[in-house]
Amino acid sequence: MKITFPHLGNVYIAGKAFLEELGQEVIPPPRCSKRTLELGTKYSPETMCLPFKINIGNYIESIEKGADTILITGSCGPCRFGYYSVLEQSILDDLGYEVEFIVFDPIYEGVRELKNNISRALNVKSYRKLIKAGDLGWKLIKKSDYLTQLANEKRAYAFNSYLVDEIMEDYYKKVEITVGGEPMLKLMDQVEDSLKAVKIDKNKNPIKVGIIGEIYTIIEPSVNLEIERKLGHMGVLVEKSLTPTKWVEHHVSNFPFGSKEENEKYKLAKPYIPTLVGGHGRETVGSAIYYAKKGFDGVIQLLPLNCMPEIVAKSILPTVQNDYNIPIMTLIVDEMTGEAGYMTRLEAFVDLLERKREEKQNGRFLHGC
Amino acid sequence: MADFYMGVDVGSVSTNIVILDEEDNIVWKKYLRTQGKPIDILKEGLHDIRKELGDINISGVGTTGSGRQLAGLILGSDVVKNEITCHAVSALDFMPNIKTIIEIGGQDSKIIIIRDGIVVDFAMNTVCAAGTGSFLDRQAFRLGVPIEQFGKTALRSDNPVRIAGRCAVFAESDMIHKQQLGHNQEDIIWGLCQALVRNYLNNVGKGKEILGPIAFQGGVAANEGIKRAFEETLKQEVFIPENFDVMGAVGVSLLAKAEAKRKKSTSFKGLNISDINYKVKGIECNDCANLCEIIEIQEDQNILARYGDKCGKWTNAIKDKTKLA
Repeated sequence: MKITFPHLGNVYIAGKAFLEELGQEVIPPPRCSKRTLELGTKYSPETMCLPFKINIGNYIESIEKGADTILITGSCGPCRFGYYSVLEQSILDDLGYEVEFIVFDPIYEGVRELKNNISRALNVKSYRKLIKAGDLGWKLIKKSDYLTQLANEKRAYAFNSYLVDEIMEDYYKKVEITVGGEPMLKLMDQVEDSLKAVKIDKNKNPIKVGIIGEIYTIIEPSVNLEIERKLGHMGVLVEKSLTPTKWVEHHVSNFPFGSKEENEKYKLAKPYIPTLVGGHGRETVGSAIYYAKKGFDGVIQLLPLNCMPEIVAKSILPTVQNDYNIPIMTLIVDEMTGEAGYMTRLEAFVDLLERKREEKQNGRFLHGC
Repeated sequence: MADFYMGVDVGSVSTNIVILDEEDNIVWKKYLRTQGKPIDILKEGLHDIRKELGDINISGVGTTGSGRQLAGLILGSDVVKNEITCHAVSALDFMPNIKTIIEIGGQDSKIIIIRDGIVVDFAMNTVCAAGTGSFLDRQAFRLGVPIEQFGKTALRSDNPVRIAGRCAVFAESDMIHKQQLGHNQEDIIWGLCQALVRNYLNNVGKGKEILGPIAFQGGVAANEGIKRAFEETLKQEVFIPENFDVMGAVGVSLLAKAEAKRKKSTSFKGLNISDINYKVKGIECNDCANLCEIIEIQEDQNILARYGDKCGKWTNAIKDKTKLA
């Protein structure tokens, strides 16, 4: 059994090491590229959302490298993601690929089936081993998210933000040839050290922007045209409302109660959107308010074209913008890889935030006189 | 010798160049078609400046538009600024109490909301080019009406035909259908103008508080039909600045002037760069699966810049690199 899974930002780093600890052979898909997108759009329904197309591209590229089993999580909310696994399997069948799908559906869809799927996919011989590997996997997820965020912070403060890119690029290259959990952690420690050694300007007070919206688009840099990096080079400090760590905290570690941060977001969103609208629509509205309250300068919503839950959120955000006096910009991503229009919007938004902050400071200054 | 400042807006459809004097008067402006050859057109523009104004002393240069990075590299500009900020700067110069800017260009349309002289909100069309200059151009061509006459034709109608304006492709089919039914041309054109404005307000202007005074700029502002449709829908006067078609370039030249004054010098390479040969080479990097298309710009024998790589390997290979952020 050679396992693969679709890409979701840096999750593959932890996923690969976790499965390898359990003695499975893992073939992670090559990093998302133009080819991934081309394959995906060729074989997916035209009106499907972008993450689906990337998934298909990932599968095909992994199968070419020898993978025969695909792991994916399921969902049963009112969002197309719940149907991903079924549709993806049927597309790969039609293309003549003989692969097995193992879908982890939420626990309330049937405990037995989830358990069966877990033991099949994870080659569980003893639960002690599983817990140990799970522990390590969790550590890796947290650490890789920490590195991503550390890189974001460093970019905003660094004298030469391109140095951060060089370190991260080197890290991603080494990940591909590192096998097992402990060596991976060691590599991450080294990366942490080199990131911390990047010289920063402590006097900077960067503009702070929260990234909210559809989970896949926030986490996967190849889909959001590397928004964190672009903003970082403009000297903006970026924080993402959803990360793999936050997802696990909410859905696994604190099951069934949910994490503190996510529950707070539900509460914040309640006056605007009292119920589930599928995907992360409710969280998006909650996150916008969350960042406004934390004193961020602005918020950017990301969504793949025709994402249903985010369209609901998008129509509510102008009200949040007025009520909390925080600029919110929506960026829609699709198959386009031309970045000129994207850059224009980002630059103009950052300009707007800078002016707004200046005005606030000047206003206070004048008031002080 | 008098000081002049140059603003260049390299857009998808047109490249606009303006020259300001010390008192912010526009002494020269040029509206050129980009035709997908930004470098050649830029050189042509500089050549025209030399021919018409002589070797004037340019003390500050700014670039904007979707080709701003490229133009900035070639000219050695002091300011490289996005077009939203530039349009706001020039509109505020035109009318200091402006509250809303409607800008419709070749491929994109924007709305900029200004309060107390500060940009507080903006939006651009997302993944659709319906209602922009290119679409109008195409329809004018199809109807056999010169684009300059398009707006005037619309004004002659008092009985518009309803055209579905949501999508450029469907609008076209709808128009053809109405034509076949025998509606006359001015009614169709006037209907099209209304459809465009409807589309703009529903898409770009959605959820925005449009207060007066309103400025209307960008190439499409030349179209009186669109202006009238905006005024009828918004129920107030829409102001069109004298230099509506080059407002982006005006804005960036004002910014360039401020920046050049601040640093007391300019990085402009001089008007004689219209004699230099620029070559653009596309390289496909095969080092990883991304297969990035690297663009390399050569200035005579030297490499001026490389960009387009995701990992930064090519960009970083040149010393004294320009930040392409």
